[in-house]
Amino acid sequence: MSVTKSAHKTAHEAQCACHAAEAPDPLAPEPFRVVEVKQEIEGCNTLIVEPETDEAKKLCMYAPGQFHMIYAFGQGEVPISISGDPAHSNRLVFTIMGVGPVSDALTRLKEGDKVGLRGPFGNHWPVEKAAGRDVLLVAGGLGLAPLRPAIYSILAKRDLFSRVMLLYGTRKAESILFQDQLAEWNKHMEMNVSVTVDTADEHWGGHVGLVTELIKETNFSPSRTIAMICGPEVMMRFSAGALLERGMKANQVYVSMERNMKCAVGLCGRCQYGPYFMCKDGPIFSFDQVEHLYKVREV
Amino acid sequence: MKDAMPAVCIDRADFDSVIKALAGDGYNVVGPVLREGAIIYDEISGVSDLPEGWGDEQEAGTYRTVKRNDKALFGHNSGQQAWKKFLYPSRERLWSAQGDNAEFKIEPNAETPPKYAFVGVHACDLRAIEIQDIVFMNPETADPRYGKRREGAFIVAVNCAQSAKTCFCAAMGTGPRAESGFDLSLTEIIEANAHYFVATVGSARGETLMQKIKSRPATDADLQAAATRTENAQKQQVRSLDREGVKELLFSSYSDAHWDKIAERCLSCANCTMVCPTCFCSKTEDTTDLSGNHADRWRLWDSCFTVDFSYIHGGSIRKQVASRYRQWMTHKLASWIDQFGTSGCVGCGRCITWCPVGIDITEEAKVFREEKMDPRLRGDDEVVKGTKQ
Ligand SMILES: Cc1cc2nc3c(=O)[nH]c(=O)nc-3n(C[C@H](O)[C@H](O)[C@H](O)COP(=O)(O)OP(=O)(O)OC[C@H]3O[C@@H](n4cnc5c(N)ncnc54)[C@H](O)[C@@H]3O)c2cc1C
Ligand code: SF4
Ligand code: SF4
Repeated sequence: MSVTKSAHKTAHEAQCACHAAEAPDPLAPEPFRVVEVKQEIEGCNTLIVEPETDEAKKLCMYAPGQFHMIYAFGQGEVPISISGDPAHSNRLVFTIMGVGPVSDALTRLKEGDKVGLRGPFGNHWPVEKAAGRDVLLVAGGLGLAPLRPAIYSILAKRDLFSRVMLLYGTRKAESILFQDQLAEWNKHMEMNVSVTVDTADEHWGGHVGLVTELIKETNFSPSRTIAMICGPEVMMRFSAGALLERGMKANQVYVSMERNMKCAVGLCGRCQYGPYFMCKDGPIFSFDQVEHLYKVREV
Repeated sequence: MKDAMPAVCIDRADFDSVIKALAGDGYNVVGPVLREGAIIYDEISGVSDLPEGWGDEQEAGTYRTVKRNDKALFGHNSGQQAWKKFLYPSRERLWSAQGDNAEFKIEPNAETPPKYAFVGVHACDLRAIEIQDIVFMNPETADPRYGKRREGAFIVAVNCAQSAKTCFCAAMGTGPRAESGFDLSLTEIIEANAHYFVATVGSARGETLMQKIKSRPATDADLQAAATRTENAQKQQVRSLDREGVKELLFSSYSDAHWDKIAERCLSCANCTMVCPTCFCSKTEDTTDLSGNHADRWRLWDSCFTVDFSYIHGGSIRKQVASRYRQWMTHKLASWIDQFGTSGCVGCGRCITWCPVGIDITEEAKVFREEKMDPRLRGDDEVVKGTKQ
């Protein structure tokens, strides 16, 4: 499912000159207000934003894994995945790491500030497909944020799924996102949470090593599992490889990809990946769609 | 609408009235003009602005205007410019914002779109416009700026009576004769003691225009003369591209070593993408005025040959020139088919002419094909499925 503003327009309305004047502009943002800012880890904030108009309200209906383009006044616009609970249809939640001019500007925003939003864009995690099966969520670093809406959706209907496991790897203990929630989810046994860090000091009591090691150690039945992976591309490549080695089929494994993106509606051409537009055909792909491209450098 | 009105002939002496009538109807009339040794597209106010008696010679990496031995008004081939510069300007304001972080308002670009009449659109370029229509007017994500300019545009096609050495529209199935998509189409006929245009009306707008123009019914001989002209143009084409299975060919060539060979010559200058009439990739730019309270968002043409094009935090995806050329050619001839249901190449030959080192997409396509046919030359064949699934 891909929900775009103009999804309900007929071909006639969009193409006929008599409607051209009222045609909505897919490149014009809608106004949102920042109502809460929470620092997650160093340089990374979660923003909760609320729509300012009825038109903006429509942007709050989304499926887990979708993203918006967020505009910071005068700075620019960048793609950011939704990290909130899809059940809340009156607000949107984003977890943003400052890595450059626009993302930095977004992490500097304060309560009461305004942003412009377009979206939601892209396809979504295969939550429905996972019903009745084991679910293995594999996150690397900031990749936990785009997976969180899927976690909320799964836990909201926990009975529909068999075992639910989250394997989460970060560089160091200080970069673990959503720590309180991780503990909460694990405590109630709704989801088995395993966390590993690449490097640790003596205060860390947990697993040290790559997330692929957790994949090797985790107990799940490959034939009845759906895996959803989100993180840096190398991490996804090795994780998908490890899952295939465990006997999963490529069409049971899903990855969420990132590419440079300016428009999110297939007009800027930048997010192409082989035959795909990341913004429309992705960002989530079943691994059998992209396995052959993963083998080629610099696609 | 097509064929509703039988073909007519407009005498060369009356052709000025076509341009004047379009201008009179409020169109911003643009057509070919000779400027600084090249034929480009710009505003015209009458027939005297057209490059009468001028043609061109083209080869890979070479373009030269030459005097013709007749007084043809449309005796030229594709120049370095395409009509996309009007329908999809190289720099355009998307919208503005007024205010600051705490409170701002998005204001749409209020400029009224120009109403263009394009005079002299070759068949390949007509198809290129239709291809950009598919990109920019897809109902779900239509770009209203492009749409408004396109809806208003009046198109006078010109069927080519000659081809450049770089042309291969016949191979791509786009020309040299324009079959549809125009308001009016012309074939220029120059004979010992006659100079006229065989005109076909393609729309109601075209029919209304023709009511203001002095013309006579076309005879069978006129139609035959027109057909001969375009047949000649087709016969002159020395380049071709085998479209059969070219998508599968390129999708199975991602790891071919030949990309590195091309990259030894390619300067990654982006000329090919700038001159290509179908290339549509863009970047955005955000600017603020000195007060900081007024921001504009701009869209600019961009190219898959730049390093920034594929930049994501941590570095560019396509660091090597080979990957960038591969992206361009694979997009044109293969992924475009999956994305938009058509090839992204119309065979205008511009990328061949304007490549400073003369890289030729038709030649490169041949190399990949020959390699695939010769098992001794076959590269990494593992990657065979590129098609969307
Ligand atoms: C589908 C998708 C979802 C994303 N979700 C999140 C998220 O939830 N949280 C988060 O912090 N970041 C996310 N990102 C990455 C985020 O968009 C980039 O960090 C951001 O674009 C960097 O922009 P910048 O101008 O601050 O920095 P710079 O690094 O200076 O980038 C300059 C420009 O390059 C492009 N660019 C750079 N990095 C990326 C990138 N990784 N992806 C796409 N375009 C890029 C952008 O157009 C950017 O404006 C996501 C990216 C994509 C494609
Ligand atoms: S790829 Fe070259 S020949 Fe084909 S349409 Fe573009 S510029 Fe013309
Ligand atoms: S192929 Fe030619 S025109 Fe295109 S980027 Fe390379 S050198 Fe420039």
